[in-house]
Amino acid sequence: MTHASDTTTRGWSLGPVIHPGRIVAWTLLALGAVVMMVPLVYMVATSFKYPNEVYELNIIPHEPTLDNYTYIFQNTRFGIWFVNSLLTSSLVTVSVLFFDSLVGYTLAKFKFRGREFVFIAILTTLMIPTEMLIVPWYIMAKNFGWLNSYWGIMFPGLITGFGVFLMRQFFSGIPDDYIHAARIDGLNEFQIWWKVAMPLVTPALSALAIFTFLGNWTAFLWPLIATNDRALYTVPVGLASFSGEFLSDWELIMTGATLATLPTLIVFIIFQRYIIRGVVLAGLKG
Amino acid sequence: MAELTLKNVVKRYGNIEIVHGINLDIKDGEFVVLVGPSGCGKSTTLRMIAGLESLSSGTISIGDRVVNTLEPKDRNIAMVFQNYALYPHMTVFRNIAFGLHAAKLPKDAIDKKVREAAKLLGLSELLERRPNELSGGQRQRVAMGRAIVRDPTVFLFDEPLSNLDAQLRGQMRTEIKRLHQSIGTTIVYVTHDQVEAMTLADRIVIMRDGRIEQVGTPLDVFHAPVSTFVAGFIGTPTMNLIALPVRQSGGNATLAFSDQDVLPLSTEVVRRIGNRDRVTVGIRPDDLVITPADAARERQGTRLEGTVVVAEPLGVTTQVIARVGDHELVGMADGRFVPQAGAPVALTCDVARLHLFDPETQRSLAS
Repeated sequence: MTHASDTTTRGWSLGPVIHPGRIVAWTLLALGAVVMMVPLVYMVATSFKYPNEVYELNIIPHEPTLDNYTYIFQNTRFGIWFVNSLLTSSLVTVSVLFFDSLVGYTLAKFKFRGREFVFIAILTTLMIPTEMLIVPWYIMAKNFGWLNSYWGIMFPGLITGFGVFLMRQFFSGIPDDYIHAARIDGLNEFQIWWKVAMPLVTPALSALAIFTFLGNWTAFLWPLIATNDRALYTVPVGLASFSGEFLSDWELIMTGATLATLPTLIVFIIFQRYIIRGVVLAGLKG
Repeated sequence: MAELTLKNVVKRYGNIEIVHGINLDIKDGEFVVLVGPSGCGKSTTLRMIAGLESLSSGTISIGDRVVNTLEPKDRNIAMVFQNYALYPHMTVFRNIAFGLHAAKLPKDAIDKKVREAAKLLGLSELLERRPNELSGGQRQRVAMGRAIVRDPTVFLFDEPLSNLDAQLRGQMRTEIKRLHQSIGTTIVYVTHDQVEAMTLADRIVIMRDGRIEQVGTPLDVFHAPVSTFVAGFIGTPTMNLIALPVRQSGGNATLAFSDQDVLPLSTEVVRRIGNRDRVTVGIRPDDLVITPADAARERQGTRLEGTVVVAEPLGVTTQVIARVGDHELVGMADGRFVPQAGAPVALTCDVARLHLFDPETQRSLAS
C-alpha cells in the first residue's frame, strides 16, 4: 500500500521496491542453480547426440537421435542393471525404514540399563568411513559366500546408524501420553510402535526413505567389489563399464545416467510432499 | 463400577522416594480429586493406579482385585490425559473407537458405542474430522469419549483442563460434573487448580511432598484445614497466615498485630491456644471486612486499623491489601468502596472464624 501511494504522489511507477539484499540473494541462488543444472543439462543433451558431437559444447544436438536409447536397451544389459538397482535399493530402503525405526523407537521410548551406551555405540559407527569398512565387509561376504549375490550387495546397508539416530530423535519428540494412551487401550508394544508411533513420524520416515534410496541407487564402490558377474551389476557399476581404458562411450554413459535419474526423481516427487507437510505441521504445533 | 483402595503405596526412583506410603479408600462412584502443587506426587499416584508406573511397595486394589502387577489394559480403567493424546492421523470416530478395535469388538457394537458416546458429548457432527480441525474443548470431549466407550470401572483424569482458557475451563468443569452424574463411575482426577478441586470433588485429597496432607469434602478442607499448607492452598484469595504473639493476663488474652492493634480473644479460643505465647493465625479474606476508618468506630467488637496498600476493584467486592502494624492483610470491602493507597481503613473480623495453627508444627489447633 505504501509503495502504491508513494508512486501515485510522484506520478510515475517503478513497481515494488526491490531491496539490494534480495538482488544479491537472487544472484547467488541463480549462480548456484546454474552450477547445479549445467552438468545435468549436458547429461541429457549428450544422450541425444551422435558420438561425433559429444565433445561439442552445443546444448541442442545438431541431429537429435534416440539411437543411444535403443542401443543401450538392445545391446547392453542396462535393463537388468536397472532392475538390480531398483530391487536392491528398494529392499534396503524398506529394511532401513523398518529396523532403524524399530531400534530408534526402542532407544527413545524404553528405559533400560545401557540404553545410552547402545545409542552412543551406534552413533560411533557414523564416524567410520566406508573405505575402512570395505575390507571387513569383503572378508565377511567372502566367508559367508555372499559375493555375487543380491544379499551381498545389500547386507552392509540393511541397518544404518544414521537412520537409527534420526528416528530416535523424532520418536523422542512424541509425547509419552500417546504411548500411555495406547497401552491403556490395550495395544501391545509392537502394535503401539506400528499403529501409533510410526504414523506420527512420517516426515522423518520420508526423509530417511529418500536418503536411503538415493544413497543406494548411486552406490558404486561396494556393489563394484561385491559383484563381478555382469548380470548382477547395478546401474552405476554397469555404466562405469562403458568407460574403457582407452576410450569411453560418453553418449552411452550419459544416456544411462539420464535414465538412472528417473527413479530418484520419482522417489523425491512421491515423498517430498510428506516432508514439506511434516515441516509445516512441526511449525504449527507450538 | 468399583472401589479403589491404596495401601501404603510407595514410589521410589533409585534412592529418591517420591510417594511415601499413601493410604486412600475411594468409594464406588465417588469423585475424588487429588490436588497439590507441582511435584507433590499426585500425577505419579494416578499413573500408579493406571499401571503406567510400577509400585515400589504397597498395594492398589480395584474392587476386590489387587492390580499391582496387572497391565494397564487389564485394569479396566480409562484415562484422560493433559494433552488429550488424540492420535492426529485418525478421525474423531477412529480415535474414540481405537480401544474397542484393539479389544476386537464386533464392528456393529463399536459403531453403536461410539455414536452413543458422541451423542452424550455433543460430538455427533464431528466424527469425521481430525483432531487438528477441532477446538480445545472439542478435543477434550473426544478424549473423554475415548474413555467412556470402554465402560471402565474407574476413570482417571490427569489435569485434563489445564490446556484450556479460563472460560472454556469453566464450561468443561460443568460438563465433567454432569458426565459423572449421568454415568456414575468412580473418578480419580488430578489437578493443581484448587478451584477445580473444590467444584468437582465429592472428596478432595490434598497432597504435599508425596504425602496426603488432608482428605475431606470440599467444605471440610475449606472450613477446617488441618495445617497452614492446606489453609493456604485451598481458597481464593489465599488465606492470610501470620504468626502473632499472644498476650495473656488473668484469663483474658489478645492477639497483638502491633502495639496498638490488638484483637481480644474469646475463652474458647484462649483454651485452644493453651499456654503458647505465639500462634499462627489464619483469616480468610472474605472474613476480614474492610470499611472506611470513621465508619468502623461505630462497629462493635473486634476491629483493627490499617492503611491501604493496594485496592483492587472486582465489581461486587473490592479486594484490599491493608497494612496493620508490620503485617499486610488481604480483606474484602464493598464493591462501591475503592479506597486510595494510604487511606486509613478499619478491618473487622469474627474471632470465631479465625483459624489457629501451632507456629512450630503448622498443624491446626483443633477446637
